[in-house]
Amino acid sequence: MSFDLPLTAEDVAEIVAILDKTPYDRLDLRTSRFTLKILRSGEGFTQEISFAEDAPAVAVAAPESEVAAEMGLVIRSPLPGTFYRAPQPGAAAFVEVGSAVEPDTVVAIVETMKLMTSVMAGCSGIVEEIVAENAKMVTADAVLMRVKPA
Amino acid sequence: MIRRLFIANRGEIAWRILRTAKRLGMTAILGVSEADVESFAARMADEVVLVGGAPSAESYLNIEKVVAAAKGAGADAVHPGYGFLSENAAFGRAVREAGMIFVGPEIASLEAMGDKLMARKAGIAAGLPVVPGGEAADKESARAQAEVTGYPLLIKAVSGGGGRGMKRVDAPAQLDSQIDMAMAEALAAFGDSRIYVERFIGRGRHVEVQVLGDGETAIHLGTRDCSIQRRFQKLVEEAPAFGIPAARHGAITSAAVKFAEHLNYRGAGTVEFLVDATDFSFYFLEMNARIQVEHPVTEAITGVDLIEQQLLVADGQKLTLEQGFVEFDGHAIEVRINAEDFEKDFRPSPGRAVVARWPAGPGIRVDTHIAAGGAVPPYYDSLIGKVIVHGRDRAEAVKKLAAALETLRIEGIATTALLHRKIAADARFVAGGVDTKFFEAFAHG
Repeated sequence: MSFDLPLTAEDVAEIVAILDKTPYDRLDLRTSRFTLKILRSGEGFTQEISFAEDAPAVAVAAPESEVAAEMGLVIRSPLPGTFYRAPQPGAAAFVEVGSAVEPDTVVAIVETMKLMTSVMAGCSGIVEEIVAENAKMVTADAVLMRVKPA
Repeated sequence: MIRRLFIANRGEIAWRILRTAKRLGMTAILGVSEADVESFAARMADEVVLVGGAPSAESYLNIEKVVAAAKGAGADAVHPGYGFLSENAAFGRAVREAGMIFVGPEIASLEAMGDKLMARKAGIAAGLPVVPGGEAADKESARAQAEVTGYPLLIKAVSGGGGRGMKRVDAPAQLDSQIDMAMAEALAAFGDSRIYVERFIGRGRHVEVQVLGDGETAIHLGTRDCSIQRRFQKLVEEAPAFGIPAARHGAITSAAVKFAEHLNYRGAGTVEFLVDATDFSFYFLEMNARIQVEHPVTEAITGVDLIEQQLLVADGQKLTLEQGFVEFDGHAIEVRINAEDFEKDFRPSPGRAVVARWPAGPGIRVDTHIAAGGAVPPYYDSLIGKVIVHGRDRAEAVKKLAAALETLRIEGIATTALLHRKIAADARFVAGGVDTKFFEAFAHG
């Protein structure tokens, strides 16, 4: 039997019970697909699975610095998610280029994990450009619109 | 004989189904969206098929694409998991028309539970107690029904879910305006303005019964209590339901079996009840015709693999389990760890879990799809894992839960882990048997 079969909760509990009787704090179990790391943690133990070929996780930098560096005001996405210009398909957009906005004007919604979050302008002025594309993914802090100060 | 099982889902439940499929010697084929090509479940699957784009509507919710992917992969059965298309009668029909087994109940059972009013009618037909109330086709009949039902009452949307379109009315003077609002909300949210009226139960507990049926006989695998909810989303689930007098507990499980047999139910299902926390009278609510998120607490106390039972029945076999063989051992509690910042009004927190150390040890089970460096895409549900503990009794399970949550460490995304640590330390939770108002009171100190 290859090590391809997944480990059950009982398997993990048994490994923990064995490790607990030793002076060791850590056990790494490598299978054909993943590595399971059992680690002593205070009174108990933790389990962590990792996939060998993974590059170390790198923090994703916001790629919007060039836009932000320009003059003028910008409206950013509060969350990563899908950007929508209108409350529902076929409805009129919240704002268009040329619309006047106040800090509490709702200008878009971002859908993240089935939850809709209203995006408010956060500034006063006239919408100059809608940067993000409707119904497409945006990252957190991505520039959605540019606003000319009133 | 199911040899090639197509899993039409993602996340922890995809991995959960995969585990049993592999143990049973089946080839596990996973249909993924573009966002899930490198997911945990995809790395564990025997075969991976791309279904479509990252948004659910282009992949996991797209009947045509899912059926084509399963058919193209040469699958002989499709397991829909929970959520997505799991209770979609059109999907079940399409899978069967394509010559594959749908791992779920008969289409008629799915249709019988189509909306809350149909479920209520089926409950009445099966002879189960339902919450006093009834249909209200228009304002006039809603008023008449309210007279009979009495106050306080709830107006509910027939096609409702998640609390939308639900209004509490305390006195006749508020009735008209609340009917208007409920109908408008129901129309906007579900495209169906129909409402019905129910008596409001002040202190209710959400108690459900796991049932298994093969079309002829049905058995139960005990109760679960899911009263700890936020905005009708379950946070903590336990098995069995704690502190319900034995005679009442037995009446609830018997009613569930009676209902499953009334439907000639095939497969695993959950019959939901509202239990009055003051006098333990109980009312049938609806039946979920699929595997539930909280199924592991039942598995913990019975030792039965529910996915295996689903696959056996779907394969046309009779239940080999008999009621008398089902033994209940101890108490189990599950907490849902969501990628949400509970200190910022449960704001979603997609991203990458740089560290994903889950608790481990005797009596601890973790069902997750998040490994070290694991991605939590913004497109789907925020559930990243479930911690399930099993103890000899409830007190031991609560202690084990608190200890397990102490060790849990996820970095890179916000999670509800700390919230669950606080719940596990709450005196009302430790005492047990809280009602559905618990979380609101807990959250406000």
